[in-house]
Amino acid sequence: MEKEQTTIVLFSGDLDKAIAAFIIANGAAAYDHDVTIFFTFWGLNTMRKDEVVKTEKGLLEKMFGWMMPRGANKLGLSNMNMMGMGPKMIKHVMKKHNALTLPQLIEMAQEQGVKLVACTMTMDLLGLKQEELIDGMELAGVAAYLGDATNAKVNLFI
Amino acid sequence: MNIDVRVDTKGMACPMPIVKGKKALDGMQQGQILELLSTDKGALNDFQAWVKKSPNEWISHEESNGVHRFLIRKG
Repeated sequence: MEKEQTTIVLFSGDLDKAIAAFIIANGAAAYDHDVTIFFTFWGLNTMRKDEVVKTEKGLLEKMFGWMMPRGANKLGLSNMNMMGMGPKMIKHVMKKHNALTLPQLIEMAQEQGVKLVACTMTMDLLGLKQEELIDGMELAGVAAYLGDATNAKVNLFI
Repeated sequence: MNIDVRVDTKGMACPMPIVKGKKALDGMQQGQILELLSTDKGALNDFQAWVKKSPNEWISHEESNGVHRFLIRKG
């Protein structure tokens, strides 16, 4: 039997939206779908390693690198961010309710074989290099995404 | 009824019960029976929808004191 497919575009770099995207991705993987998350623009920051990775960059690219959140633990909330207080509060509440953290959700998605794809065009715009993103990501463009999305009954833009 | 595999997801939040259930079923033989416990209030709707879309078979559901107990036969 041909597997069903789910594709998600994660455009946003907000913590709450990334959590939602990864919960849906993990749920779809549990439905035995082939799942692809395509990371573009600010969504790429979700997949940044939290340590500084030495890379060859121009000044503008370096500035982007400094200003953007370095990984899943550094993302802000789309609402009630309150200068970083919001994410601390939501992480506390999530722990209380036994909800998985975003890094745990990402790890589980990888374990379940969710395909994680970084958009090369926006990587170039934001000055992000492959070695700055967590290991195991594929690099691709719009055509690869559409190739997957064409067969997917579930297709979300977050 | 003989239960072959037991999975306890009490206290776990969405999407863990489904993910744990799927993992357990993946490792089971056809015809074996899974018992899954969950305290997630959405678990009944989740598991009904999920089993319907899978080759597995719904056997039963009961709830007591907020603990849902599902029996599912691997298909």
